[in-house]
Amino acid sequence: MRLDGISRDFGLLNALRNVSLTVGRGEFIALLGPSGCGKSTALNCLAGLLTLTGGSIWLDDRRIDTLAPEARGFGMVFQNYALFPHLTVARNIAFGLEMQGVARSEISRRVAEALALVRLEAQAEKLPGQISGGQQQRVAIARAIVVGPPLVLMDEPLSNLDAKLRLEMRTEIRRIHGLLGCSTIYVTHDQDEALSLADRIVVLRDGEVRQIGTPEELYARPATSDVAEFMGFRNIFSTSCEAVGNDLFARIGGALVAGTSVGQGRAGPAIAAIRPDDLTPQPEGPIAARVEAIEYRGRDFFGVARAVSGEELYFRTEHRAGVGEAVRLGAPPGRVLIYPGAA
Amino acid sequence: MNAVPWRLRLQNRGLDGVTLLVLPAVGFIVALFVYPFLYGLFLSFAPMQGPWFANYKKFFGDPFLYDTILTTLWIAVPATLVNLLVSIPVAMRVRLMAHPRLLTTILVIPITLGTVLVAEGLLNYLGPRGWLNRALIFFAVTDSPTRLVHNYWGVFLSLVITGFPFTFLLIQSYVTGIDPSLERAGAMLGARAPARFFRIVLPLLVPGLVITLSLSFVQAFSVFPSAVLLGAPAGPTRVISIAAYQAAFEQYDYSMASAIAMIMAVVQVAIVVALLGARGLVYRGPATGGKG
Repeated sequence: MRLDGISRDFGLLNALRNVSLTVGRGEFIALLGPSGCGKSTALNCLAGLLTLTGGSIWLDDRRIDTLAPEARGFGMVFQNYALFPHLTVARNIAFGLEMQGVARSEISRRVAEALALVRLEAQAEKLPGQISGGQQQRVAIARAIVVGPPLVLMDEPLSNLDAKLRLEMRTEIRRIHGLLGCSTIYVTHDQDEALSLADRIVVLRDGEVRQIGTPEELYARPATSDVAEFMGFRNIFSTSCEAVGNDLFARIGGALVAGTSVGQGRAGPAIAAIRPDDLTPQPEGPIAARVEAIEYRGRDFFGVARAVSGEELYFRTEHRAGVGEAVRLGAPPGRVLIYPGAA
Repeated sequence: MNAVPWRLRLQNRGLDGVTLLVLPAVGFIVALFVYPFLYGLFLSFAPMQGPWFANYKKFFGDPFLYDTILTTLWIAVPATLVNLLVSIPVAMRVRLMAHPRLLTTILVIPITLGTVLVAEGLLNYLGPRGWLNRALIFFAVTDSPTRLVHNYWGVFLSLVITGFPFTFLLIQSYVTGIDPSLERAGAMLGARAPARFFRIVLPLLVPGLVITLSLSFVQAFSVFPSAVLLGAPAGPTRVISIAAYQAAFEQYDYSMASAIAMIMAVVQVAIVVALLGARGLVYRGPATGGKG
């Protein structure tokens, strides 16, 4: 499937600007971005629930952006599940097959298969209101995939579940995707979800594609500083950088910190980004700071420190540090990303 | 002894000082509804002459009287159904509008005018010398005025016009209560607009339709001003309220009038109970698609 420069305006607002993307057969794509970045708009355009104001969408060699949603044949899992409250679980799943005019015996066979796939055989005759949120979610998935769509669209399907169920369903979605071999486009604002589920991640911001890459690429080397910010680089500094020989240093917290350049340019204004995970107290750490708060997160402690020059630093430590204690913080040069020219 | 104080026990059942605030409403209902109703009931069993059931015997023995039930139903039921069937598509459309306020306001104006004003207006508009007939004759659609007042159609149209806003507002609230994502889900599953309406929206709307039907019907069944002003009160539109009026204020037989009012109430209650009973046969849960 291919999106060719699709755009969508709401009046003067460009919710989606010139988005292009090719989705391979069986690929799992995550659309990742903060709320209001246009990811749901993109999904609704794909589904046909919104019309495009520019560009085109192709499935194999067939243009589909002019088709009504019911003619596209995609599966969709809605954020609130949108199960038909007056139909039983089995009838909900059968709905799409009934619309296609599939024979009755065939319908019951395929509904039974889908129920087995999402492990809900026992709930078949219940109404959606009588089952739990996680089960409703499974019904929504079964209903979307039972018709055998070439593409399944998921709109933040896990955002209404509690943390434990979310992890379970994440595994479940990946398992089902692997079994079916259809392409999946998955909208989320949760970078962990995107990293763990997707083959490729599309980062959207302000209606534009900021970066497309594998989870590994995005995690290690965000292309721009705002992608970095979104990928968990909580320490973001507008600063300057200097080249010394072949090495690049950024000025952070009054000290020069060795880093890795992302993009062109050597010296001058720059943005530096470090994950809290990578910033730890070290005897020779370049940044002098004072601990302001510390919290326990299982294996490690995470804390906030203030540098001598006033910046806030989010760091990780293996030992509890007292508030007010002086620390020297540092990070491996490969984990300090410097975006020269950005400001 | 560790008995819970009676005050706390009452509180656990939801009774405390605030509960006393219900008293004015109870007094109001008793004084203005329960007492008059019971008074009328007793009055209807105290006829001016004959045994205690004489009024009812007279009513059901005289076609001039008992036919008013059918006459009223013959006007009220079609008018209610027309209002309902027109309201549904209008409400479905208004739901999709970005600024439905203006349209809703226009549609609701008739409710503020009152039945008498609407009846007078229709009399002028639909009458033999009214605009409608003049226009029809001018455009040579007919060559003589079409009779639309002082007969069945006058009352029917008046009921439709005054009843529509009420029906529409109720239906609109039920239609907007249906989660729009359900229809989108239907579309994604291949359902075209008719299938989406009949398979998803309509089943979820039925309970609301029944309530609307009941309330609109009760309103239409007690039609009086337009039946007199726009109808033929001696014949085809001699509705049951006219019979009650004549008994009370032309024959001064309050007992008979009370009996007719009681019969009117029984017919209304019977139909509303039948409708609500039928509602029990369909899905009645929330019209939303899950959490969210």
